Amino acid sequence: MNRIPCARPVLILTGLVAAWASPVFALDGEVRIHDPSTVIPCDGKFYTYGTGGSCLVSDDGWTWRRGERPSRRGLAPDVIHIDDRYYMYVAANIGAQPKAAVNMIWNKTLDPKSPDYKWEEGGVVASSDGEEFCNAIDPGVFRDPADGKLWLVYGSYFGYIRLVQLDPKTGKRVDPNDQPVNIAINCEASDLIFHDGWYYLLADHGSCCRGADSGYNIRVGRARKVTGPYLDNMGVGMLQGGGKLFLGSGGRVIGPGHFGLLDLGAGVQKFSCHYEADLDRGGASVLDIRPLLWKDGWPVAGDNFKEGTYEIESVRTGTALELAVEGVPVGGRRGRGEAGAQDGVIPSQDVAHVSTNWPAGAIDVRMANYLCQAQQKWAVTPVANAGGYLGSPYFKITIAGTDRTLAVGEDGELVALPAFSGADEQLWRLDQLADGTWRAMPKSAATAKEPLVLSAVGSSFATLSKFDPAGDKQRWLFKTP
Amino acid sequence: MSMLRNFRLPTLVVLTVPALLAVSVAAGLAGAAPERFLTRPDTAEKPPNADGFLQRWLLLEPIRVDGQLTDSAVQADVKKEYFPDQLTVIAHDGDQVKVGAAELTWHAVETKDYNVNLYYFAHDLGKPTSNVLFWGVTIVNCPQDMPGVRLAVGSNAASVWWVNGKEVIGIYGDRQTVIDDGVSRRITLKKGANIVRCAVVNGGGATDFCARLLDSEDGPLKGFTVSAGDVKQP
Repeated sequence: MNRIPCARPVLILTGLVAAWASPVFALDGEVRIHDPSTVIPCDGKFYTYGTGGSCLVSDDGWTWRRGERPSRRGLAPDVIHIDDRYYMYVAANIGAQPKAAVNMIWNKTLDPKSPDYKWEEGGVVASSDGEEFCNAIDPGVFRDPADGKLWLVYGSYFGYIRLVQLDPKTGKRVDPNDQPVNIAINCEASDLIFHDGWYYLLADHGSCCRGADSGYNIRVGRARKVTGPYLDNMGVGMLQGGGKLFLGSGGRVIGPGHFGLLDLGAGVQKFSCHYEADLDRGGASVLDIRPLLWKDGWPVAGDNFKEGTYEIESVRTGTALELAVEGVPVGGRRGRGEAGAQDGVIPSQDVAHVSTNWPAGAIDVRMANYLCQAQQKWAVTPVANAGGYLGSPYFKITIAGTDRTLAVGEDGELVALPAFSGADEQLWRLDQLADGTWRAMPKSAATAKEPLVLSAVGSSFATLSKFDPAGDKQRWLFKTP
Repeated sequence: MSMLRNFRLPTLVVLTVPALLAVSVAAGLAGAAPERFLTRPDTAEKPPNADGFLQRWLLLEPIRVDGQLTDSAVQADVKKEYFPDQLTVIAHDGDQVKVGAAELTWHAVETKDYNVNLYYFAHDLGKPTSNVLFWGVTIVNCPQDMPGVRLAVGSNAASVWWVNGKEVIGIYGDRQTVIDDGVSRRITLKKGANIVRCAVVNGGGATDFCARLLDSEDGPLKGFTVSAGDVKQP
């Protein structure tokens, strides 16, 4: 696992985690790639394809390795899964720029070990003749969830970003003679997504391919119709160079580009991108996967969870997770007002001191008003070699300064075990939700047959239950104590 | 305890004098319930209300304790034996127990609210409301085994709860009665009578509790009735 110290300022949404200069975790393993396609699941694995035919594959979305190159290698491919086919759109210069073409190839599986693995040629779906004001590279394929129609956007700096309609049954153009629709200009690496009645066009501004000198940044505009007009937050059209910043350089990574949506369902979304230069990986271009949030009708780039010590507060109840032990007031018991005060600073509670009366074995977990006490402060730490999920490793959650570990007990309820053993019931997946709050899911929850998540069933009691994106029971804030 | 509650207490005493006089007559009847927030049950059993709250209880007149509300102090209070079989007895309306030198009476009560107001229960009987422990018990009658159920309670102040003799909830400290504050792990209610028992410890000021049962989806459990034993009619 790679730990990347980072001084990236963290987005603050509705009073969420506010942390600076805390560690950031990029993906693990072999993550070097340029212009990655949308990350796409297939038979329990995740795949992405980049310029030059590169392929990365992962079993869990956290640790990546080199995969098998597809039959056609070119520029900035994109992939979509429809019915029993995986369609890949990949561009190539067919003469001096801007003479280019986007080809489609398809496969029944992305797993090279499958007997069904065979790339088939689908032909050219879009092109530029070298004279027109468009460079037909950097395809982005989009299935409209509203009506099932399939679209392709393409283009790169030379002129327009264009939109053409594809046939979801074949992956080919509905009508090759249809005139492409111009929807943006002077950008590249475009992609479309749909959210809450709006179509969003994400595309890169700035320059690519210059390592740490790359000004790549991802911009967004939105429209009520897929054909546009796409306007940014200031009402400037993307056909006039507009675009609201979605993600720029920050911390130790420079030049994000090539947005791709990963919709995990139940309101949980992530996005893939590459950074032109990861300063902690020798300036290589690398893949990343991060949470996708929404605020005021605009997509916002979230951050994967950062190691630290936190109060874990329920959005539903406002109470905080704690060991079920008798708390000791910080600074000792005293009366109200001035008579109860003492001179100087009251130090934070020393867990080694206050924990002497805690039971030695397993302790129940409950919730209470947060009072800055030791049994309410949780250290959230990534666990090496324990695997992970899209964008992050698994974490252990322990009372800060101790090894007392938040876990799922044999009865399926929460418990704090005296020590961390690495068992699946002690490993936690932390997904940032669309509103910036967090969902906590154990890797395993005893005998449960479906994924369960941390849930505030009462003000003083938390349990595990099936995720309900409509409510606040399973939304948590991780606040810096 | 909150400062607000301390300041309001004298006012409440003044306002309740006429009612206290009225209730004192009724209180002469064995097991008679104060009428302000609590009435006497007029049927043998009733279902929970629409939100699932258990509104019928047997309450024992308060026992004096020191009113400390920490986890350990409350546990010590409720684990002390005040009268025989206090964790198993199913009292009847009007039954009396001797606690120290005091003869305390069980009262069958019914509330139309989500909560059971212990302050007025005790106050209208001329009993102390501060530094006291209340015992409550109710009977949940199930037509069949009901697995995956949770007891969900709130109390002012600390309280400990048992279902069929097993301790399932403890909530401590000075707190107010909030819906679904303390929630039990999943339990199975058996076919027939299930005994829900509570001990509420109050330091000072208002005191009350609420309780309901939740189904596997955390919604109000339905399909059962609540009774408070045999109710003596005045």
